[in-house]
Amino acid sequence: MEKAETLYNPELEKVASEEKESWTEIIEPRTNLLDLGLKDVWRYRDLVMLFVRRDFVSTYKQTILGPIWFFIQPLLTTITFLVIFGRVAKLSTDGLPMMVFYLAGVTVWNYFSQTLTSTSTVFTTNAQIFGKVYFPRLTMPLSIVISNLIRFGIQFVLFFVVWVYYLIQGSAIQPNWLIMLTPFLIIIMGLLSLGLGMIFSALTTKYRDLAMLLTFGVQLLMYATPVIYPLSSISDEYRWIILANPLSSIVETFRFAFLGSGTFNWIYLGYSTAVTMVILFLGTITFNKVQKSFTDTV
Amino acid sequence: MSNIAIKVENLGKLYRLGEVGTGTLSHDLNRWWARMRGKEDPFAKIGETNDRTIKGNSDYVWSLKDINFEVKSGEVLGIIGRNGAGKSTLLKLLSKVTSPTVGRIKVNGRIASLLEVGTGFHPELTGRENIFLNGAILGMSKAEIRSKFDEIVDFSGVERYIDTPVKRYSSGMYVRLAFAVSAFLEPEILIVDEVLAVGDAEFQKKCLGRMKDVSVNDGRTVLFVSHNMGAVAQLCTKGLLMKNGGLHKIGDIQEVLNEYLRSNTENASSYANVDIDEKPIQILKAGIVDAQGNECSSFAHNQEISIYFDLKNVSTERGLVCSLGLQDFQERRIFTEQININPQTGYQKHKITLPINLLRPNNFKVSIALHIPNVKVIEILDCLTFEIIDVGSEFSIYGNVDNGVIFPKLNWLVLNE
Repeated sequence: MEKAETLYNPELEKVASEEKESWTEIIEPRTNLLDLGLKDVWRYRDLVMLFVRRDFVSTYKQTILGPIWFFIQPLLTTITFLVIFGRVAKLSTDGLPMMVFYLAGVTVWNYFSQTLTSTSTVFTTNAQIFGKVYFPRLTMPLSIVISNLIRFGIQFVLFFVVWVYYLIQGSAIQPNWLIMLTPFLIIIMGLLSLGLGMIFSALTTKYRDLAMLLTFGVQLLMYATPVIYPLSSISDEYRWIILANPLSSIVETFRFAFLGSGTFNWIYLGYSTAVTMVILFLGTITFNKVQKSFTDTV
Repeated sequence: MSNIAIKVENLGKLYRLGEVGTGTLSHDLNRWWARMRGKEDPFAKIGETNDRTIKGNSDYVWSLKDINFEVKSGEVLGIIGRNGAGKSTLLKLLSKVTSPTVGRIKVNGRIASLLEVGTGFHPELTGRENIFLNGAILGMSKAEIRSKFDEIVDFSGVERYIDTPVKRYSSGMYVRLAFAVSAFLEPEILIVDEVLAVGDAEFQKKCLGRMKDVSVNDGRTVLFVSHNMGAVAQLCTKGLLMKNGGLHKIGDIQEVLNEYLRSNTENASSYANVDIDEKPIQILKAGIVDAQGNECSSFAHNQEISIYFDLKNVSTERGLVCSLGLQDFQERRIFTEQININPQTGYQKHKITLPINLLRPNNFKVSIALHIPNVKVIEILDCLTFEIIDVGSEFSIYGNVDNGVIFPKLNWLVLNE
């Protein structure tokens, strides 16, 4: 009985908790994996927006065309695809006008690939700043996602104009109520690229090999996603491979919603969402773990 | 309890030397495996204390080890030490740029650290935009920056160029603007590393004044790292001396500065030679000592410096002269003194004392020569060096500006008409 009494000493416990509370912060070698410091990120929200602004201003300063480049990039890519895959290779577009078919794929794909490639080098490109001052490191990938979202918004306007043009022309385009899902698709896509980007950025701090892998990995991934071909053109035998890629159903759903042809399935979309969540979770944890001491290895 | 701003407990940081490449993956796996089994990090054991001059046999080094100290709030702590003593690592840990390997730091209050001025400045952005960006990186909110914007611009003195991209700035203007942003940070704890070593003398004075403002008038806790002992002596109330990754001494700033001067062994402060019978004329021993007779190679600007040497002359050479010269760090001769040595003087002790305030803070080299003028040189000894460090003279506000070599303290007459 006596032993139990000494073990439980409310006085002592009170002292211990008081000591803990009186510090604003304790810097320790290892912290809880799930302690993401999101509160800190919120406190630095102004910084996120300033980074976004910096990205925009610096990218197009001293260019003659300025923001028009936002339109030129997807247009040129679309025309290239149109010539090579449409005219030369004669890949199917499900009977849709090539221009709008490719542009839909390119617009969505660009958003994903640009976010992924820029978040994946967050640590290496910002080593200089990160090594000198502390601010929540998550602000950097978040700002990249946001600035790419704005970029996507602008490119989406281009797609929208082309889409409306074909709609008025009376082509075989049949938009449907799934258009309502667009914001959801975009968010899922953004989170997926953020999650993947954070995983890669955390790993490249030590092993630069992954940066090399990623550059052509993204290119290969595009061919494993129905960007330049419709899912329907893949034989049943191999379709599961393409569908295993969580991006596939996002791109397909986007195209189905606006153009009315393609594949849509709630299960496929649910699968993509689930994978995205898992990747985002893993990404945040690895990023958070690496950010604390990456300056020693980068 | 509540008036302690920072408490550091058993802090240590292990670094891996050499290249990160092949081998790191296997080390990582080893370490991970050890942790999974609940064992100690297998590489942490072989870490040694950090002395860059000695070649160790391990790839891992404790850049910091067993650091324990407390900083009371409102205190201005100067952190000093030689290059590689671990000052910067300590600052990095305090400012959360990297995390410690062992130990913990408890902090009371918001920390802002200035390990560099102008972090995150983007060359394409204008001065105005960069003030906001840099301020936000340092932890200020947009509203906070806006309220201080005019003061910042005013302090920097680049008002005319505020809407020009900073890539068009001269390097001086760039630094001014960068420092101005950081000068208006208002955290409870401020960590500053060597930022005063920028800009011209006038601006340095302004910076130092601002630092003093922040620490003395606003009562903030400041941790200040610098090689400029004068600035440290002026600003700080307490000192912390680091040596080879460990904490060597903490206490009153003057005591710590004196300890720093004493513990300095980088310069050669003494020399000894074997008495050889075949050489009738020889310098046997030489050294530099302070007023108490302790051998020393670093002196405060207000300390007396003496050079002593022992001569042997058992020859019958006539016209022998012993001369003593002093050079500054640029090898310019500052002065030469000489004395005639009579034949067969045997063993003699010589001592020359440099009065206080003869020389300005700098690095110096002593050379002692035995020669017969215009005939032959018998021996030259020029391995003795010493440095004079400004520990808070009236000139220390100029930082590293060269104020000449001698400090004659002339009689300055002022006549009113």
